[in-house]
Amino acid sequence: MVDDRLIIAGREFKSRLWVGTGKYKDFVETQKAIEVSGADVVTVAVRRVNITDRSKENLLDYIDPKKYTILPNTAGCYSVDDAVRYARLARAAGVSDLVKLEVLGDERTLFPDTAGLIEAAKILIKEGFVVLPYTNDDPIVAKKLVDIGCPAVMPLAAPIGSGLGIRNPYNLKIIMETVKVPIIVDAGVGTASDAALAMEYGADAVLMNTAIAGAQDPIAMAEAMKYAVHAGRLAYKAGRIPRKLYATASSPIEGML
Amino acid sequence: MPDTIQILVNGEARAWRRGATVADLLQDLEITIERVAVELNLEILDRASFPRRPLEEGDRVEILSFIGGGSEERTKWRFGHGVIRRTGR
Repeated sequence: MVDDRLIIAGREFKSRLWVGTGKYKDFVETQKAIEVSGADVVTVAVRRVNITDRSKENLLDYIDPKKYTILPNTAGCYSVDDAVRYARLARAAGVSDLVKLEVLGDERTLFPDTAGLIEAAKILIKEGFVVLPYTNDDPIVAKKLVDIGCPAVMPLAAPIGSGLGIRNPYNLKIIMETVKVPIIVDAGVGTASDAALAMEYGADAVLMNTAIAGAQDPIAMAEAMKYAVHAGRLAYKAGRIPRKLYATASSPIEGML
Repeated sequence: MPDTIQILVNGEARAWRRGATVADLLQDLEITIERVAVELNLEILDRASFPRRPLEEGDRVEILSFIGGGSEERTKWRFGHGVIRRTGR
């Protein structure tokens, strides 16, 4: 699938698996898992530098921005102002104009505040950001986000870190049919079959963090996810057979005694 | 006039020498300016302006960088490296 590239806002991506960098034991494990996953987009958060202990290493010493597309997020932002502020800080930190925009509505579910999301996206797009919005599995909101200029949408499969898998495949399918930009299923994946399923439905990519970092063996799960996303994509492109209630024989009747 | 000023750096009160610029502050803190963002009294500074921005009494400076993160935010990160402490339930 050399030619099966994902293109978003003129940027080309080799991998359809995108990964987060949180929750790993240490940077060595983070680096190894990402390498094994084959992902070329990695999400990062923007936080205060530790000014009292400068001996600590930096994530970007392990994740080379020349090798990976660094996608800063606005995780932890519960208001339009905060999300816009963090996006601007991320850009000032000098990686790119890309931002994975999160405006969260509630601490318990971490569901997006979609009204705030649209408002923040409008502001950032006007400032030249490439906004990839983390959104609910709501087709109307997805369409609005595309209409205001988001070059991709990132609907959730289930709550962040929940591992519940795709809770509303029909809504995701409707989003895939109604918007013309790449769909990246983000959050809620629990295991390889969830990722494969998302790709079989027609997602253009899957973004995950906890499913890999939280697995008992993150490196092995990173590899599983790589194959799951690849298999799901191949199956989607191959076109599955229709579901039928009754059997259809695979072996011919002709020539039987 | 005392030769030190009081400033807030990432929420911590610090006494700093008068006349120091943002670039001096970063150098003194041994922070490489690559891949950090600096906010001075809520204004995000252009990296090129760091040597031209002197610090003044009462300034609030925020120095930020990239850390590990997916979407998760039920966890509280220790800044700058990958160790996490759970908060909430």
